[in-house]
Amino acid sequence: MGIFSKPSFTSEKKRDVPEGLWQKCPSCSEVIHNLELIQNLLVCPKCQHHFNLAAGERILQLADPNSFTEHDADLISVDTLKFTGMASYIDRLKSYQKKTGLKDAVITGECKIHEHPVAIAVMDFSFIAATMGSVVGEKIARIIEHATRQRIPVIILSASGGARMYEGVLSLMQMAKTCGALALHSKARLPYISILTHPTTGGVSASFATVGDIIIAEPKAMVGFAGPRVIRETTHQDLPAGFQTSEFLEEHGLVDMIVARKQLRDTLGQLLSYIAPAR
Amino acid sequence: MKLQPLEFEKPIVELEEKLADLKRHSRANDINFDSEVQRMEGKIEETKRQIYENLTPWERVQIARHPARPYTLDYLQLSFSDFVELHGDRLFADDRAMPGGMAMLGGVKCVAIGHQKGRELKENIKRNFGCANPEGYRKALRLMRLAEKFGMPFVSLIDTPGAYPGIGSEERHISEAIAVNLREMMVLRVPTVAVVIGEGGSGGALGIGVADRVLMLENAYYSVISPEGCAAILWKHRKHAPEAAKALKLTASDLLSLGVIDEVVSEPQGGAHQNHSAAIENLKQAVARNLRELAKVPVEQLLTERYEKFRRIGEFGGG
Ligand SMILES: [Zn+2]
Repeated sequence: MGIFSKPSFTSEKKRDVPEGLWQKCPSCSEVIHNLELIQNLLVCPKCQHHFNLAAGERILQLADPNSFTEHDADLISVDTLKFTGMASYIDRLKSYQKKTGLKDAVITGECKIHEHPVAIAVMDFSFIAATMGSVVGEKIARIIEHATRQRIPVIILSASGGARMYEGVLSLMQMAKTCGALALHSKARLPYISILTHPTTGGVSASFATVGDIIIAEPKAMVGFAGPRVIRETTHQDLPAGFQTSEFLEEHGLVDMIVARKQLRDTLGQLLSYIAPAR
Repeated sequence: MKLQPLEFEKPIVELEEKLADLKRHSRANDINFDSEVQRMEGKIEETKRQIYENLTPWERVQIARHPARPYTLDYLQLSFSDFVELHGDRLFADDRAMPGGMAMLGGVKCVAIGHQKGRELKENIKRNFGCANPEGYRKALRLMRLAEKFGMPFVSLIDTPGAYPGIGSEERHISEAIAVNLREMMVLRVPTVAVVIGEGGSGGALGIGVADRVLMLENAYYSVISPEGCAAILWKHRKHAPEAAKALKLTASDLLSLGVIDEVVSEPQGGAHQNHSAAIENLKQAVARNLRELAKVPVEQLLTERYEKFRRIGEFGGG
């Protein structure tokens, strides 16, 4: 466990902004200056499209200044199954580690939000689509267990393409492992706030992401179990408008609230003031 | 029942046809071919042994999916006795893809549930090809609570290609239904046994699969994704499913060595579909023995060991 006086992440590349001074919004095509985009927390000022955000950047946005301590930064994935498909797992890991500066798809640690100490896990979609393998499962289970011991809330920001196929059934079992850790945290009457960001799918949606005491979603995030293409091919039906979006899930009763990125920190502070254990 | 042979069983079928010809010829022409018949029978046995003892992962997947294989209701009615089906999730519907209820096993009152496939189209439509909607998982949760309330062990039989990828399934939050079960099964205060009897398809399988003892039939498979799905993504074509099946380490013996399952239940030669009564008896003995062992464990120890077992699963480096 590394302890730092100020936020320090396994990610060297904190700003998840592509090269170039100007960005085109993929949703409304507005051309936005990078500086403006960063000042707006990577949200399009015109249409409120939420760009994907690096895990380290998210923590900076949410944590009280200098309050974050990272846990288990050294855990790395191994190729237990000796997976050799079109591309080997090891090659893929190396290339993503180089590209993102991350060791794997989640950063975990402790921080304070509005002075409430919390355990936090943030997934980073830029690392193999934030698929969940043994490292993601282990880091999340460890930070939840830490929170249970310390009697503090857990906050997880999910984003994931699902299971890490290269780890076979071991990746599937991380669903049971993380939910098991949450079961014990919950039995200890401690709060868990789950935040769904774009996109949260597959095994992550079917495990820790959807069992929060409170579930928050970012606007227009895609959240669901199966991919839309699979559903269309299986059912031969057209999908309803807005299917599997945050707004759809709020309407259908899964999420408690949709919160724009700019309001997230204050919203968490308010929620914690209700449900965080008294200190 | 005449079984449709699988591709890799063709050499056996050819030899059996030759043997039948020989016997017919012998009868028709009143010639004694006894020594040839004996030799041929020996060759058939040897060929069977060769094939069935060297099954590839992909061949096992085909056996696991064989439409003549015993299904959940066969086991609930025959390995168990006095099965009483209980319907519905008390919220929305009764999921026919996941029947469950109460049943006796080796003198023990149990609550049991499992995925159910159909053997022909009409039955398969009723059973949704063994793909449960959220209602199946919520019925399972309701039955777990029933088991806990009345102190009965909970047994689940897993046989699904996966949870149903449908519009209604998403609208009623299949993800949440599975996730809640994963959380609640970990702290259920009665002994639990799960058996993968055929297909262990991803989250849809795990959604009733967190248990003190996870058993798996010899030719069943348990995987994070179907071999075809994995091949389509990583090899860019479904025809590479045999390679994907090998790479995914999805067979019972693979999973036993990875610590994902606790025990392999042997099947009759050639697979459970070749001899239903033997398969049904094997499952009965294995589940009954595990229930007897678990009944002796105090509940707090049961819960600690259950948690530790799943907690250990996973491989990583660096601390
Ligand atoms: Zn825009």
